[in-house]
Amino acid sequence: MKDKVLMKGNEAIAEAAIMAGCRHYFGYPITPQTEVAAYMAKRMPKIGGTFLQAESEISAVNMVIGAAAAGVRAMTSSSSPGISLKSEGLSYMAGCELPALIVNVQRGGPGLGGIQPSQSDYFQATRGGGHGDYHMLVLAPGSIQEMADMTVKGFELAETYRMPCMLLADGTMGQMMEPVVLNVDNVKTAEKPWAVTGTKCEREHNVINSLSLVPEELEKWNLKRYERYACIEENEAMAEEFMTEDADIIVVAFGIAARVSKNAVVAARKEGIKVGLIRPITLWPFPKKILANAAQQAKHFISVELSMGQMIEDVELAIRCSRPVSLCTRVGGVIPSPEEVLEAIHKVQL
Amino acid sequence: MATTQILFAGFGGQGILFSGKFLAYEGLLEDRQVSWLPSYGPEMRGGTANCSVILSDDPIGSPIVSAPDILIAMNLPSYDKYEGSVNVDGYAFIDSSLIHREAVRNDIKTVYVPATQIAADNSLEGLANMVMVGKVIKETNIIPFENIDRALEKVISARHQNLAEANRKALALGYNL
Amino acid sequence: MTVVFEKPKALTDNELHYCPGCTHGIIHRLVAETIDELGIEGKTIGIASVGCSVLTYNYFTTDMVQAAHGRAPAVATGVKRANPDNIVFTYQGDGDLAAIGTAETVHSAARGENITVIFVNNAIYGMTGGQMAPTTLPGQVTQTSPYGRDVKTVGYPLRICEMLSELDGPAYLERVAVNDVKSVRRAKKAIKKAFTYQTEGKGFSLIEVLSTCPTNWGMTPQDATQWLEDNMKPYYPLGVYKDKYAKEDE
Repeated sequence: MKDKVLMKGNEAIAEAAIMAGCRHYFGYPITPQTEVAAYMAKRMPKIGGTFLQAESEISAVNMVIGAAAAGVRAMTSSSSPGISLKSEGLSYMAGCELPALIVNVQRGGPGLGGIQPSQSDYFQATRGGGHGDYHMLVLAPGSIQEMADMTVKGFELAETYRMPCMLLADGTMGQMMEPVVLNVDNVKTAEKPWAVTGTKCEREHNVINSLSLVPEELEKWNLKRYERYACIEENEAMAEEFMTEDADIIVVAFGIAARVSKNAVVAARKEGIKVGLIRPITLWPFPKKILANAAQQAKHFISVELSMGQMIEDVELAIRCSRPVSLCTRVGGVIPSPEEVLEAIHKVQL
Repeated sequence: MATTQILFAGFGGQGILFSGKFLAYEGLLEDRQVSWLPSYGPEMRGGTANCSVILSDDPIGSPIVSAPDILIAMNLPSYDKYEGSVNVDGYAFIDSSLIHREAVRNDIKTVYVPATQIAADNSLEGLANMVMVGKVIKETNIIPFENIDRALEKVISARHQNLAEANRKALALGYNL
Repeated sequence: MTVVFEKPKALTDNELHYCPGCTHGIIHRLVAETIDELGIEGKTIGIASVGCSVLTYNYFTTDMVQAAHGRAPAVATGVKRANPDNIVFTYQGDGDLAAIGTAETVHSAARGENITVIFVNNAIYGMTGGQMAPTTLPGQVTQTSPYGRDVKTVGYPLRICEMLSELDGPAYLERVAVNDVKSVRRAKKAIKKAFTYQTEGKGFSLIEVLSTCPTNWGMTPQDATQWLEDNMKPYYPLGVYKDKYAKEDE
């Protein structure tokens, strides 16, 4: 399917996952991501795959754990309240070093919140969500094309580093349609000698486990995991830069907020304001170096996000608070308009 | 126009999302940048529905249409809500079978189309949306009318292709008003 | 020298961590013997749960996954769906299976998931030191029911086999015990049948094994087996609760 087709973000994720070789999807309905499950329900039986609607998000993520342990590409998807339920499984997945893709099409919170788009699960995603010292890879697509591309990349990264990867989208990205070319070739797959496939009585048994009752041993596991995390931070951080070369002001935004911000940056440039946009594509690892670099020239940063100010902390950390960072935000399912972002740009006193 | 922002609004069940999708597909086939963003959630089941469509020659930033160049209002609440948001010199197409008031704005072009009535008179119940789109194409040249067939083929799923003819008819009725 | 008794091949050489008199060891052995006899060691995947049996992965030579509390049937579902040719069993206690994991238990049974569940019911939480379990008997004293389980405030125990027998999904449900030789023999037969059913693609089996916990019951092992006989068996009657294929086989 290399033609340009119009697809909803949720459907693009599902089709890209299938093209990437995922044949095991376990989910539970929740707005605004249900199209992922519906698409999988339709397609999987036709290609010999498994679509299973679990009895809860908790069960769904544990089924993913089982399938991932057995060595296959597996995924689940949900939206904010469902991700809270899955967080137990995410922690186990990190502890067991299992690769899988978890999609969060975010909606407003806390609690049952609303069903309109939000980015207020930023902390939950970038800090891991569940208990214990761990991270997930967190990818933040900015278009429907990226929803598809990041799905494929998410599986690859998860398997390369043996850890869960979260695709962090929002209701808008899930529901909107844009042209997309599903060009999924040469998908990387990793060897999985650790998988539980049966010993065939030819090797020692494989154990997928996150338990260690010996503190020194558990410490060693964690240290080793964090060595890998350091390597990921060094090599995998990604961001898009837009009009940043000569920028005095840098807007930082991801996903739908970045799209709105781009309009505002273009409008501000027309007024002669030297402003640029950095759009983190990986939220963990956060593209710290790119921001730190920009801070050498830029005098002010603006974090635009659909939360009460979560990513702003990473922006401040990345530039070591060397420049003022202001916050431009709408929450609860409201998306800031380009005019609101432009106003935030106007407010900056250089 | 390098970028056209279109807002479709009406009741759920009036084919708001479908007609938006039709225009988006047409834009895609013209090799333009397009985005289509529906309202979603409980309001989709019987309440108000709306849909943002952007056709552009440049990459599209925000897919949300808050100030449309073209408003297509299929009921009074939508017209009341969005008439004020239309860009100056833009268009408001209203289904005058269902909306019984005059325009408040005089800095935009308001086009009254008795679409629901026309559809009913021609046994095309449920296709008032496409009558409206026909008229939109005529007035704004947003897409070439001769291309409607290929977009219909894309937007109507294979098992419903028998509905293509009715859609074509509705589009033509609006176009030839 | 003639070998008259040996450790099943499917058990590792690791020393069991279970308390003296605990019947987990017997149940492990019955599962391992079954795996040996059916010749399925190389393709069996075990799912350990949370509770005393959390370290099960150290004792079976098969590939193992250690699941979160209550989630073993969901993990087993994932493993089985990924590689349907593998034989997948869970090994869960009463807190894991009948409290926190009730939903996973009921729904994997309802789906008729082709897995084998070994459910060890000793009417108490062992690993955490003897708290009230969903299967603790009315009046039974535990750390969190120090005046005896008061059904007026905490309700009644769950009878899992009876509950699941109402579902169309399961293929085979039986409650057995391991407190005397006769019961152990019966338990072995049931466990073997459950695994056999899975190899034949017959679907979900659950074997509930009434078991003792001398440490947390505060009894000698001998008294514990008697207590099981006198108190648990009347409340949890042994027997086959469902066998979809009974006629074919017997």
